[in-house]
Amino acid sequence: MSNIHVTTKINGDETEFLARADETLLDALRDRLRLTGAKEGCGTGDCGACSVTLDGRLVCSCLVLAAEANGKAVNTVEGMAEGETLHPLQQKFLDHAALQCGICTPGILVAAKSLLAKNPDPTETEVRYWLAGNLCRCTGYDKIINAVMDAAAEMRRA
Amino acid sequence: MALDEYQKRDFKVIGKRVSRPDGIDKVTGRALYGADFYAPGMLVGKVLRSPHAHAKINSIDTSAAAKLPGVKAIVTGNDWPGHAAGEALMVQENNLAMGKALFDGHGVAAVAATSPDVADAALKLIKVDYELLPHVTDIAEAVKPGSPIVTEGVRGKKVPEDMSDNCTGYCAFGHGDLEAGFAKADLILERTFKTSSTHQGYIEPHACLATFGPDGRADLFCCTQGHYYIRQLCAEILGLDQSSIRVTASEIGGGFGGKTTAFIEPIAMLLSQKAGRPVKMVMTRDEVFKATGPTVASMSDIKIGMTSDGKITAAEALIRYEGGAWHNDTIYPGAQSAFACYDLEAVMARGVNVLTNRPKQAAYRAPGAPQSIYAVESVIDEMCQQLGLDPIDTRLKNAAKKGTKSSYGPTYDEIGLIPLLEAAKAHPHYSAPLGKNQGRGFSCGFWFNFGGETSVTLGINFDGTATLVEGNPDIGGSRASMSMMAAEELGIPYEKVRTVIADTASLGHNEVSHGSRVTFAVGLATIKAARAAIKEMCRRAAAVWGIDEDAVVWEDGFAKPAGPNAGDHEPMSLAEIAKNSPRTGGPISGHHEVTAEGAGVSFGVHLCDLEVDPETGATEVKRYTVFQDAGKAIHPDYVEGQMQGGAVQGIGWALNEEYIYGSDGRLQNAGFLDYRIPVASDLPKIDTVILEIPNPGHPYGVRGVGETGIVPPLAALSNAVSHAIGKRMFELPMSPPRILAAIKDA
Repeated sequence: MSNIHVTTKINGDETEFLARADETLLDALRDRLRLTGAKEGCGTGDCGACSVTLDGRLVCSCLVLAAEANGKAVNTVEGMAEGETLHPLQQKFLDHAALQCGICTPGILVAAKSLLAKNPDPTETEVRYWLAGNLCRCTGYDKIINAVMDAAAEMRRA
Repeated sequence: MALDEYQKRDFKVIGKRVSRPDGIDKVTGRALYGADFYAPGMLVGKVLRSPHAHAKINSIDTSAAAKLPGVKAIVTGNDWPGHAAGEALMVQENNLAMGKALFDGHGVAAVAATSPDVADAALKLIKVDYELLPHVTDIAEAVKPGSPIVTEGVRGKKVPEDMSDNCTGYCAFGHGDLEAGFAKADLILERTFKTSSTHQGYIEPHACLATFGPDGRADLFCCTQGHYYIRQLCAEILGLDQSSIRVTASEIGGGFGGKTTAFIEPIAMLLSQKAGRPVKMVMTRDEVFKATGPTVASMSDIKIGMTSDGKITAAEALIRYEGGAWHNDTIYPGAQSAFACYDLEAVMARGVNVLTNRPKQAAYRAPGAPQSIYAVESVIDEMCQQLGLDPIDTRLKNAAKKGTKSSYGPTYDEIGLIPLLEAAKAHPHYSAPLGKNQGRGFSCGFWFNFGGETSVTLGINFDGTATLVEGNPDIGGSRASMSMMAAEELGIPYEKVRTVIADTASLGHNEVSHGSRVTFAVGLATIKAARAAIKEMCRRAAAVWGIDEDAVVWEDGFAKPAGPNAGDHEPMSLAEIAKNSPRTGGPISGHHEVTAEGAGVSFGVHLCDLEVDPETGATEVKRYTVFQDAGKAIHPDYVEGQMQGGAVQGIGWALNEEYIYGSDGRLQNAGFLDYRIPVASDLPKIDTVILEIPNPGHPYGVRGVGETGIVPPLAALSNAVSHAIGKRMFELPMSPPRILAAIKDA
């Protein structure tokens, strides 16, 4: 099977790669580009650990073909911090101890950032429903919700 | 070890909510988990799995697959070298079947190929000639005489005669005169309960990368709770020296007991050995559900006698646990913990292990305890209801305390159950009003906790910082806790201590991260290693000052002269002693090796309010409070995290989660869509109350906190549902159809 040439912009950088026609964006990010921040927890869109944005839209990268990223902008957890300055969500996750094992954290950060871009002042219930597609087995979600609410408040003040 | 380790003191670092050292890596995507390793020339390994619950494997033809370009190695159960015995033999057979497929998803062959596509194509070309055998997946059926037998000739010696040959183990714990006890009771209840098998549900599938060199030495990277144990298993299975295998534990994406054994690592090693190239294997979620350890399913008979004022006069249990196609000993902690919360004159808990054609069970957070305690706490709740007694007062009347001879033998030292019950009773949650269709449930929980073999070393760097090297994968913030304990002892800031997790070649043996042992046992070893380093630093200062080393004390990071003949010397800082160490005798480090005992048992009590929709049978947890004794909370955030995480896993177990098998013996819900773990919108806040009743066996009083939290939710939720609908529930999970059936049956 011949490969497809994909031209995309990943975390702001022009990036080209070859992908099989049936290759997922997640596999391309991880196995070709070594952007292993996005994780595969299920491969069926049920866990959200592979969450990235595609032209600003939150997607499970395991359900998107790599070829679909052609001409589009992909943003992953690796692009959230600016140099040594963490994104407020990243900092609040540390401050609130909102991670234990950390495997779901990249996906939840990307998803939460996407929520706050749409809705800078969400209620706790809105945060819980927005993040319902991101499974976390360690925390019971409590500290994650606290971190997102606190980050939202700080970003509104900024 | 003496049980008088604990000394009351004021802490400077312990108890603070500091930032964890691995946090930045985990919020930026930099942290490397099991599937994040790559090697030059790496092959992809995949497993062909049995679609049958029980089948004799007459032959496996790999010839067509072997001819496929890009296929570099193929192995089957016939390729195991034949060295393994005992547990390693069971692990080996669970990785790749030897003559018989014992469950849907059992590995039968594996390939290593140049790409995932080629590996998949090769699997399709392997021809397996199966001869189907009668299967059994249900515990109630498996235990009956006449059931299909999973493996002939493994019946347990003491198993009661009226049970089938699938019963491989029997145990009994208790004391006192049951007959006399029941004779004193005003009310005797006998009930039977069932729980389904549930999966640990870690979000990271098992993954590893094995590289075998032509010199016969191997490196293995994998996500595991215990890389020393993985090394031992691989060495035993492959017939290698442990020193020829170096295992490096990646960051671990959840384990909860499920990553305490090997499911793919021996296969990857075998493929790499055969292919002469690195082999990476990553399980799919479907494989994780089908072929890694869920917890045991259970069927428990409970009989309790109680006086009309709530005193338990006798208690008896028969628990049957089904843990798949191999013998396991989960009935031991199950039977031992069933009545561990209570001070009883007459008690007996018996356990029977039952084989089925299901995957081999693996440990899951407090293995065995949630199932038996759920049954006991449900009966106590029903008795309180029938006798018109307050559920917490009744527990207080029977609660175990210091000096109680436990139902499983040992006599308790200082324990926290009564203070926890009092805290729950006084909490506003307990007296808050309930709405329509709502119920409140309460349950106690218990876990033994564990110590085990531990090695650590602590290096004092020339710049006055310290590096702690330990060997237990950090599964929920333990590197922060270890750094805190080292900093507390050394008297330097937390930020000056870095804790790293060594590979198996860099530090002496360490028991798996299980049994809630890490903060207790590794913490204890860390404190002792720091004290050894301090002793050496005091000796160096004494030599410089020309005084006796006993005349030097360590205070807040400084060596100071003390006592009548010490003389007048300026205190010497850790940084100063470290800087001068090359000239005062060489580098300074402390180390400690121990088989830690005195872990200190753990109790927790949970309160749950929930609402049932009488039309659909759906439940919504409205309020939840966890009370737990931490002994001493080193890092309160991560103690709360364990309490909350355990509670939510228990909520999932109680309400949604179950392995569903068809009559064909196949697992029907091997994915997160159909095996539904709790999501954020399912839950309220999980409130936590930490109590600190010091464990006499740890210098700071630490008790493990990791496992107890999953024990009480099962009965707390079942009791809450029973109160909400006015009908007693006897089976988990309480999925909407089951609740609806119970309501309609009324």
